[in-house]
Amino acid sequence: MNDWPLWEIFIRSQHGLAHKHVGSLHAPDAEMAVKNARDVYTRRNEGVSIWVVKSCDIAASSPGEKEPLFEPANSKVYRHPGFYEVPEEVKNM
Amino acid sequence: MVEGAQLSPEEIQFQERIDAGIKIEPKDYMPEGYRKTLIRQISQHAHSEIVGQLPEGNWITRAPTLKRKAIALAKVQDEAGHGLYLYSAVETLGVTREQTIEDLLAGKAKYSSIFNYPTLTWADMGAIGWLVDGSAIINQIPICRCSYGPYARAMVRICKEETFHMRQGFEIMMTLCRGTPAQKAMAQDALNRWWWPSLMMHGPSDAESTHSAQSIRWKIKLFSNDELRQKFVDQTVPQAEYLGLKIPDPDLKWNAERGHYDFGKIDWDEFYNVIKGNGPCNRERLRARIAAHEEGSWVRSAAAAHAEKRAKRKAA
Repeated sequence: MNDWPLWEIFIRSQHGLAHKHVGSLHAPDAEMAVKNARDVYTRRNEGVSIWVVKSCDIAASSPGEKEPLFEPANSKVYRHPGFYEVPEEVKNM
Repeated sequence: MVEGAQLSPEEIQFQERIDAGIKIEPKDYMPEGYRKTLIRQISQHAHSEIVGQLPEGNWITRAPTLKRKAIALAKVQDEAGHGLYLYSAVETLGVTREQTIEDLLAGKAKYSSIFNYPTLTWADMGAIGWLVDGSAIINQIPICRCSYGPYARAMVRICKEETFHMRQGFEIMMTLCRGTPAQKAMAQDALNRWWWPSLMMHGPSDAESTHSAQSIRWKIKLFSNDELRQKFVDQTVPQAEYLGLKIPDPDLKWNAERGHYDFGKIDWDEFYNVIKGNGPCNRERLRARIAAHEEGSWVRSAAAAHAEKRAKRKAA
């Protein structure tokens, strides 16, 4: 197991839903990562499709950047439908 | 960290996040003590899942029916899976998988002391599922809400699967208790042997427990050992009554005032003795783990060679 890369596992639980991260595992290559993921994460019909991605290939935002990244959205309440007044007489809006 | 000790501004902020119920994720700031406590606890937990396969492995080839054998296999396979979820969670704290496993094989790491008891009869499969997995569920359900994200998420998966383990154990006990007098006696004998170790599984009493207070402050632990133990007793006594089995504790009785069962004194000398390595099966368990690791080495080499061959072919 020495130097086997770490893979992040994503499972699509049903047709029509997005793949969702479920965990990680070590495997020597992508094919074996899929096989191991089948055994580790889908023992009870949890999935219809598996993606594996090398952990080192994932670029992530850092917790320290949270404010500059996400703060700007906070003040933009007009992006939500509840911001607008709709008179009761007006239907289907 | 002692209460009242000087906390750095970062540590204060960290504690505020925890108090606000915000999960800590791998890349977030965390105090060194928090990280170390989690590494110790999650890796012990992972090792317990892996070593916990051994007492039951003993009965896979001897299960009384094909159905029971398939169930035992599925349960042991789940435990391997649980070990893997947890080893992955440990890795997010910056220790390698190899190091964690080496610590187990070198005898440096601990695992739940209950797995150092032998499984002498088929009824032990029932008692383990019912009592040991039952205790584990009580300990683990609160951890689904613990402050460290990867640990909490692993625990959600584990708890979902663990319920099957407990129920299949209870069903084994129920089948034996409805069987011949000899079968029922076998169930009683298993309860007699597994009852006290199951109570010890919840850990030393609060007064003795070294890590409890800080872990509760950090929300790594949400209830004290004694609270969890009481919950286990209260839940299990009526189940034993249903089976028509007697819990091996003359001091056990309902306390209407407390609304809980009172129970007898736990032999903590036995507990510490088993932890120190002197239980009936400590050496055997570790030997079996080391043998499995060494005998599996060719599989790891073969997988690596196969991956290398395929990579070369792809490049060509």
